[in-house]
Amino acid sequence: MSTAVENLEPEILDESIDSQMTISMGPQHPSTHGVLRLELVLDGETVVSTIPDIGYLHTGMEKLFEYKKYQQGIVITDRMDYLNPLGNNLAYVMAAEKLLQIEIPERAQVIRVLMCELQRIASHMVWLGTHCLDIGAMSVFFYCFRQREKILNLIESASGGRMTPSYFRIGGLMMDLPAGFDRRCKQFLDDFPDAMDMFETLVTGNPIFQSRTKEIGYIKKEDAISWGLTGPCLRGSGVELDLRVHNPYSGYENYDFEIPVETGCDVWARFRVRMRELYECAKIVRQALERLKPGPTKADAPKVVLPDRDDMRKHMDSLIHHFLIVAEGFNVPEGEVYHAIEASKGELGVYMKSNGGPKPERVHFRGPSFVNLSALPDMVEGELIADVVAVIGSLDIVLGEIDR
Amino acid sequence: MGTEKLQEFVEALKTADQSWVSSVADALGEVTVLTPREHVRAVCEFLRDNHGFDMLADLCGCDRGPEEDPRFEVNYHLFSTVHYQRLRIKVELTEDDAVVESVTTLWKTANWHERETYDLLGITFAAHPDLRRILLPSDFDGHALRKDYPLRGYEPYSLT
Repeated sequence: MSTAVENLEPEILDESIDSQMTISMGPQHPSTHGVLRLELVLDGETVVSTIPDIGYLHTGMEKLFEYKKYQQGIVITDRMDYLNPLGNNLAYVMAAEKLLQIEIPERAQVIRVLMCELQRIASHMVWLGTHCLDIGAMSVFFYCFRQREKILNLIESASGGRMTPSYFRIGGLMMDLPAGFDRRCKQFLDDFPDAMDMFETLVTGNPIFQSRTKEIGYIKKEDAISWGLTGPCLRGSGVELDLRVHNPYSGYENYDFEIPVETGCDVWARFRVRMRELYECAKIVRQALERLKPGPTKADAPKVVLPDRDDMRKHMDSLIHHFLIVAEGFNVPEGEVYHAIEASKGELGVYMKSNGGPKPERVHFRGPSFVNLSALPDMVEGELIADVVAVIGSLDIVLGEIDR
Repeated sequence: MGTEKLQEFVEALKTADQSWVSSVADALGEVTVLTPREHVRAVCEFLRDNHGFDMLADLCGCDRGPEEDPRFEVNYHLFSTVHYQRLRIKVELTEDDAVVESVTTLWKTANWHERETYDLLGITFAAHPDLRRILLPSDFDGHALRKDYPLRGYEPYSLT
């Protein structure tokens, strides 16, 4: 009897040391930023391999586009990357405008840049809050959401929607900015540096945060390009690429701002890129406010752009155009385009194909979160399980865009 | 935006191998190179190694409809982090032989893009290391983005 026990004991010990354990992290895990499931193979606390399992939020948006008219598709885009809906709107409407070959008035372009940069700050605020929350700093989250709330109020005042603005339309904007918008926007910009100072003191200067993020989630420059990383993730690996500068759209070439680049290739480098980017966003918003000159906010294309209410009451042809656009939509010339913008998370590309009718033949969204997440197994291999959440936080993923 | 620079790459492709380029479309400031499907990997490798197209920005399939022949197309959107140009490589595939060679060995990012295209359109990528469904459940029947697949599916789908 006693010999049997002695024989058993070392076997059990050996098994616990040598064997690898597979655990499923998510889809309800709070640090996976939604419904991401990771199949982690662990050796002790070290990650041996990771298989991301996505699709829990798949709602068939790309299929739905094919059944909706071009202008109806805008509201679907709001629900993709729900932290950066204006960026999605912009990518979609610019692809359609490219097919239609419509010129957008100057004021509409400036407002688009202005709103997109405000949205980028809001998106980065959620990233900063949740990233710190994952690592263990609770209070940052509340301060970040306080700033985000101010931006959402601004967006709400302009579009009527907080999370789902659908503010950009094919050919311009839904409507002009409300009275007093620039005053409130300036107020936000004046308060923002103080908030940034607080974040830098709370987070950047925090030795615990630094030790949790430095030399973790390493991805070198060549791998980052091969994995198709874009946005702050790529710039954290030392590649100077920003579509706002290198493939300028919507008049970004007229703004003066810098591209923050870090060469650390780790979570800390990606953190620094986004933090520095926040200052640049505020800079662009300020410049856009200065560039705001009175003028039309809709393109002169009566068959595509909905007329003003006032026009409809006075002019018969406006009423007819309105009826036709709403009831039948407008035909888009045959062709295909791929339009990419720099969203808050990276390159957001829209492939749009038209066969001449009022509904697109194919709309494909190249989501930055989708591509950035695919590099996760490479980044976390050999790291500790506690660092996996830090790496996910540094990728800044939104599952609505990954699963579409 | 002019497309002169992009036309240079097309000329280089034609010089390298005449059979690589079936036709070229230049519209809306974008250049599309239609390539026979057996050459797509070679074309991509040539552009990546010799002309700086080091990033595969996007890969997506498209279904033209069951009555069309060839029915499917696959678009490769190449991008360069050196000269910031974009080039589209297009491959046409027939319905009963919807197979194209994988480019996962050239770009790691192609892995998920190809899985998505396989999942939603049923296009097979030969020599792909892990060709499984990615967005839809593994027991899903059919390919949801095909034109003959109804918007609401054949029957209510249940996870149980």
